Amino acid sequence: MALMEKHKILEKNATLLLAGSFLVVTIGGIVEIAPLFYLENTIEKVEGMRPYTPLELAGRNIYIREGCYACHSQMIRPFRDEVERYGHYSLAAESMYDHPFQWGSKRTGPDLARVGGRYSNEWHVQHLIDPRSVVPESNMPSYGFLASTPLQLDAAGHLRANRAVGVPYDDEMIENASRDLLAQANPDADPSGLESRYPKVRVESFDGDPSRVTEMDALVAYLQMLGTLVDFSTYDENVGFR
Amino acid sequence: MSDQDKREVDEISGVETTGHEWDGIKELNNPLPRWWLWTFYATIVWSIGYTIAYPAWPLVNSATQGVLGYSSRAELHREVEQVQLSRSDQTAQLASLDLNEVLADDALRNFAIAGGAAAYRVNCSQCHGTGAQGAEGFPNLNDDNWIWGGTIEDLHHTIAHGVRDHADFDTRISEMPAFAGVMTRREIAETAAFVASLSREPENPDLVEAGAEHFEVYCAACHGFNGEGERLLGAPSLNNPIWLYGGSEAEIAAQIAQPRHGVMPGWADRLGDVTVRKLAVFVHSLGGGE
Repeated sequence: MALMEKHKILEKNATLLLAGSFLVVTIGGIVEIAPLFYLENTIEKVEGMRPYTPLELAGRNIYIREGCYACHSQMIRPFRDEVERYGHYSLAAESMYDHPFQWGSKRTGPDLARVGGRYSNEWHVQHLIDPRSVVPESNMPSYGFLASTPLQLDAAGHLRANRAVGVPYDDEMIENASRDLLAQANPDADPSGLESRYPKVRVESFDGDPSRVTEMDALVAYLQMLGTLVDFSTYDENVGFR
Repeated sequence: MSDQDKREVDEISGVETTGHEWDGIKELNNPLPRWWLWTFYATIVWSIGYTIAYPAWPLVNSATQGVLGYSSRAELHREVEQVQLSRSDQTAQLASLDLNEVLADDALRNFAIAGGAAAYRVNCSQCHGTGAQGAEGFPNLNDDNWIWGGTIEDLHHTIAHGVRDHADFDTRISEMPAFAGVMTRREIAETAAFVASLSREPENPDLVEAGAEHFEVYCAACHGFNGEGERLLGAPSLNNPIWLYGGSEAEIAAQIAQPRHGVMPGWADRLGDVTVRKLAVFVHSLGGGE
């Protein structure tokens, strides 16, 4: 057959075969991935999403640094067992300011997409220091060192980097980044500016010691906001069916 | 010359070669089993039908919806609705009846306990333990020693609005002051010895007498003159060997000097009132319900 004869040219030239394979894989990739960036129905219209506060962003960095994603997913799938256990299924819009997102599929521990507000700060601190003191059957490692490690972060730089990839941090947020970082972990600070920049922000001493800001403060602040932003009372379930 | 012309039958295996030859090594022409090949073709045909039936191809503004109109989220919605429908009678009763009436109705009570037990394992066990045995700082729910009351209404209120949950207007709040600046170290140690003596032999019996006087001045207003506690204020009873933050005199003294205050989130907004009612009935059934 003539076509088969032509195919031999590809089979006999390794470089040409490589270029051909690459072309085919590229087409597959474009068809599968590119539409997600422009299709209007892939990201739901929701109310309540805002960029992370500097302290939450710092906590998110620690979450990634410590590899929490290796055991915890942040993606509640639309199945009955999952929504009954974890709450409303995750929406794409809830990850819109994540770079990179933390969806994952490995669940040695539970999903954390809606862990925010579920437990007290004290529980989180105690659980991170000694997981088995509150959950005897847990096999999570201890992260006690977070409580004694002062938080070090170029907050404004982090916000600027996120802005470069599309997170809508404005100049005011970047200018106040370091101040906001400290203010969120200090219940005695004036939270008015912070609250107007980041609605629904929780201002507390997350690690129980208001005199300093530790990595524990940042990680607990991040965990306590997970999944709490979207206002589901204004979300129309039926529009998002797919 | 084409490879076709070099085909020959291999002497040892009796199989025809493909005609390819490298350095005297020839390739046998063993084709795929037919059933395998046809299965492969069938999957290709199947995939065409599949992309027509289900959501698949991306277009300009949206993707094709598929002729079956399948949606995983709609399916979930249907499934949950079906479950809710199958329980709608009990759920409606549970939502409207007075909680004491729920306790009196065996069938409804069992329904609530089953649902409450499931919700407990998912939402409460992390702090209060899978057996409701509690942990340091998180009360045991099996005993009849309640900080905020053990009637079904009390339990319902505590679960719905939490303890010191500042996002909830109706939350339970008690705030024992820190006595570190008010009393001396010696006075705190004496008071701790007295508090310990209410339920057992104290470690330092000689301190008890002085401690009793301090207790009357500083503590009795909330905890009662005999340490019996006051639920209206959320002041725990101190006359029994149940301790939230440890029962040694040193631990009691630490709690007097700089009290730790537990926080429990309110669950009404997150779980809805029916689930909170189930949880109240479940906790009430654990042994200490009043």
